[in-house]
Amino acid sequence: MDQHLLSIVLFTPLAGLAILLLIPSRNKDLIRVWANLAAFAGFLVSLPLVTRFQTVQAPSLRGFQFEEHADWIPTLGAHYHLGLDGISLLLVMLTTLMGFIAVLCSWSAIQDRVKEYYAMFLLLQTGMIGVFLSLDFFLFYIFWELVLVPMYFIIGVWGGPRKLYAAIKFFLYTLAGSVLMLLGILTLYFQHYSQFHFYTFEISELMKTNLTLGLQQWVFWAFFIGFAIKVPMFPFHTWLPDAHVEAPTAGSVILAAVLLKMGTYGFLRFSLPLLPKASADQTIVQILAILSIVGIIYGALVSLMQADWKKLVAYSSVSHLGFCTLGIFSLNPNGIAGSVLQQINHGISTGMLFMVIGVIYERRHTREIAEYGGLAHVMPTFAKIFAFAMLSSVGLPLLNGFVGEFTILQGAFEASRVWAAFAVTGVILGAAYLLWLYQRTMLGQVTNGKNLTIPDMNFREIATFVPLIAWALWIGIYPQPFFDVLRQPVVQIVERVRPNYFSGGGPQLAHLPAPPALAQAGGGQ
Amino acid sequence: MQLWLIPLLPFAGFLVNGLAGRRFPKGAVNAVAIGSVLLSFAWVLKTLFTINLDAINQEHYFTWIQSGALTVGCDMAVDRLTAVMLLVVTGIGSLIHIYSIGYMAHEGGYYRFFSFLNLFMFFMLVLVLASNYLVMFVGWEGVGLCSYLLIGFYFDKKFATNAGNKAFIVNRIGDFGFSLAMFYMVRNFGSLDFGTVFKAAPGASEAVLTTIGLLLMLGACGKSAQLPLYVWLPDAMAGPTPVSALIHAATMVTAGVYMTARSWVIYTHAPLALNTIAIIGVATAFFAATIGLAQTDIKKVFAYSTVSQLGYMFLGVGSGAFSAGIFHLMTHAFFKALLFLGSGSVIHALAGEQDMRNMGGLRHKIPWTFWTMMCAAVAISGVPPTSGFFSKDSILVAANHHAPWMYWLGVVTAGMTAFYVFRAMFLTFFGEYRGHAHPHESPPLMTIPLAMLALLSLGGGYIAVPAFLGRFFPTVEAPEDFTLVAISVAFGLGGIALAYLMYIARPGMADSLAGGLKGLYSLVYNKYFVDEIYDAAVVKPVVGGSRVVLWKGMDVGFIDGMVNGVGALARRTGAVLRLLQSGNIRSYATWVLFGSVVVIVALELGGGAR
Repeated sequence: MDQHLLSIVLFTPLAGLAILLLIPSRNKDLIRVWANLAAFAGFLVSLPLVTRFQTVQAPSLRGFQFEEHADWIPTLGAHYHLGLDGISLLLVMLTTLMGFIAVLCSWSAIQDRVKEYYAMFLLLQTGMIGVFLSLDFFLFYIFWELVLVPMYFIIGVWGGPRKLYAAIKFFLYTLAGSVLMLLGILTLYFQHYSQFHFYTFEISELMKTNLTLGLQQWVFWAFFIGFAIKVPMFPFHTWLPDAHVEAPTAGSVILAAVLLKMGTYGFLRFSLPLLPKASADQTIVQILAILSIVGIIYGALVSLMQADWKKLVAYSSVSHLGFCTLGIFSLNPNGIAGSVLQQINHGISTGMLFMVIGVIYERRHTREIAEYGGLAHVMPTFAKIFAFAMLSSVGLPLLNGFVGEFTILQGAFEASRVWAAFAVTGVILGAAYLLWLYQRTMLGQVTNGKNLTIPDMNFREIATFVPLIAWALWIGIYPQPFFDVLRQPVVQIVERVRPNYFSGGGPQLAHLPAPPALAQAGGGQ
Repeated sequence: MQLWLIPLLPFAGFLVNGLAGRRFPKGAVNAVAIGSVLLSFAWVLKTLFTINLDAINQEHYFTWIQSGALTVGCDMAVDRLTAVMLLVVTGIGSLIHIYSIGYMAHEGGYYRFFSFLNLFMFFMLVLVLASNYLVMFVGWEGVGLCSYLLIGFYFDKKFATNAGNKAFIVNRIGDFGFSLAMFYMVRNFGSLDFGTVFKAAPGASEAVLTTIGLLLMLGACGKSAQLPLYVWLPDAMAGPTPVSALIHAATMVTAGVYMTARSWVIYTHAPLALNTIAIIGVATAFFAATIGLAQTDIKKVFAYSTVSQLGYMFLGVGSGAFSAGIFHLMTHAFFKALLFLGSGSVIHALAGEQDMRNMGGLRHKIPWTFWTMMCAAVAISGVPPTSGFFSKDSILVAANHHAPWMYWLGVVTAGMTAFYVFRAMFLTFFGEYRGHAHPHESPPLMTIPLAMLALLSLGGGYIAVPAFLGRFFPTVEAPEDFTLVAISVAFGLGGIALAYLMYIARPGMADSLAGGLKGLYSLVYNKYFVDEIYDAAVVKPVVGGSRVVLWKGMDVGFIDGMVNGVGALARRTGAVLRLLQSGNIRSYATWVLFGSVVVIVALELGGGAR
């Protein structure tokens, strides 16, 4: 079974979709039950990835696990090539778990076109898992574009009042990015052909191509547009608030928890290893770090001022993802490992925050913060869960966010003290906008009569939060297994981008002379 | 040793009460909450009696974070400094827990209150037991969280939740410094472990140590309410009074003092940073004392007094007299907890009244409260031979050795301290009763902890903390000088006498003085308008700038304007081009002909087609 494990994980949602299509549309409850079962099965089949994953491999075997390889379109050099390393393992597990939770929390929220809704979600699942498993650029691009379509429909069909504007904005924005990315891929593809005289989209093959720094820079910027829009990095983020506000709850959960990570994953899997010279280039690193820091602070400040509960959380994503990209472009093990961990953390915390909004939206059908106040009186369980989600998001020690943020900042500090100093201010602001939100919605007296009779959370709703709460505590208290899984792939990326990093003694103590590579990357001091 | 039991016992109390306390009768909630803290206290005593405090008593539980160059264990340790802190935290903590049974008896959210209080004990004990900076930071942030939760305990009230937010965010500004200091340590020492850092620190450059020292100090200023970050503490009095006593007087706010004293190796090699601590300390002590002179809310008086006394501790640490700072930390925990609990008893007796203008004459009505608070008042005024006398004098003598002007400022502050505390005592307990409630003495559950704290306030000076810590900290060669001691005692007694004169002997004097110095009085009464200045200089610009410039201007206006502009441009271009798609074959043929001509002409011009 091991040799086809990844295909099973990848296509289980699709198989569920196939059977779902056979169920008559009017039989809504059966559709719901089946969709939940299929999503749960999708999570279950991914569990063996965790148990069978080898954290420490023999040096000769360093690389991807559970690999599957088959020719697909030989004339183009496209392959069906899947593989998994520590980074993709964590992201795949996040996807399968969040996918199931998102399906579960849609039970009563979605009442029309139920069949189509769940079909879109299962299709989305396969697309996202495919992105994280593909080791062939052609295959990757197919999955990358595949994800766009169901998300477009989820926002556009089941969304709020301005759903069409938001859906089209989302689609065009990300499509524009992927077209540029495609140009970058094709450049690599033809460059490889001109050097090796055969066509291939295999990433491991393309890595062998010898590119000048100038060309690498061009391709880097092409990739950058694609990934930065997805993340989203400042200033490419304006599709996100609209998409989140209009999307149904489950759509927002998946969008924040998984979809955004496709961008950061792209940087890690493609930009850095394929374009190492450009990725370590002084100017590029500086620009990326500055955009990340601007995103951190800007996202937090704009979030502070939002009157719409969901928009507030949407802007907070810009801030949190700024930490993730800052970690990546610190180009050292702490920064990158912290970044991956923080991507998971953001999925957990922000996923919970969007689910919190979903719970209240189903009851009151408004997201205006001013409509609420004093909810802790009427919904004590809800108040506790929201408080937990908030604390996990603000990075309280012993919860998940702290470990990720601290590691990233440590990495950023190693690269440049100035970066770290600015980024830490984001941590201050991060507390401000969420505490203020909590105060305005949950605390005080109930001033709006409509809020007096809201029922507290039911068992199913609480159940959707339980796995995320457990995961948040696990990462917060004992994050070591996550760091262990990440060590090897992170070291490989750093070695690829900064070949002298480890041989030069790695992270230098200040009283020893710093190697030139480190001094360069830390030029912002 | 099983040190983990010490914090984990209150944590278990938190879990039990937090998860199931809603369904418990009050007796069960009490048993869990107080029992867990008492057990923890007992375990502290047992541990301290059985171990050798001069050996290394470190326990490693598991590796918490291991990534790249960073390795942090979940480690705890006990040494002499920790021993003092453990006794203060669990001892005073137990008394305040017991007092709370009486105080909170008629309040809603009973189980919630005790579960938060237990959670606080857990984090505070983690903070003092930690044997590396990151685990300490866990406790540090955790006590901040509990402070936030308990300040906003009456979450119906806007001012209470505002005060909670203010406390959390101002503390985060301090944490900015703490975090950066840790990054510097990892970079320079490769570790956050106390042992490793302090071993390597003397070898590092003074510039690095000064940077680390100043950054840690920023963190300490947030937590211990020093200039310029003290603003959250007076507002924090919105929480229930036992919280003010435990968290905002006796334990949490002293964490900054503990942390700087713990880092003494760094500071002794960074004289600039150490001197900055002394300056901030003495300035805060003086500044907050002046505000305390004119407050009318009994808890506000003691709040500013706490800020001021924390300033003394900073002065002690900053003068290099680390053991004196910790000594004062302990005695202050006794008498300030007592003052807060006593004022809680007054408030309890008067059904919630906090304004001293509506008090008076209470000494016969609530004698236990009066006499116990009197013990604390003489102690904080530094009257010999009470506890405050010993600890304050050891700080002032060291300050004189460090810089004489600090001594003199400290002495003046001591005079003001005695004045405002006795002013509060006279306004509350002497003269005629000016209110309308029916004062009644508090139950024994409240008065017994008061009595025990009163004994500690009076006799706590004989607990030989300086000698006990003398083997831990470097000793300062400050000669005992009788004149210095006499001067400070004289200032204290003078303050008491002045308060007596103004509020007992000639009651009209205070008002006429306030009338005569109207400008100055209103400046002090309004706390120098610092809150208003911060609001205008920081809060308003951030809020306004974010809304108008960043969100409406940059995000919606500029970026989205461009994005939508591109969309609109595409649509308009499309609208023009659409006219070409007429569906008329002859018009298409015309265009084909036209296009062909253009292509041929272009090829001709470009060198000709062959």
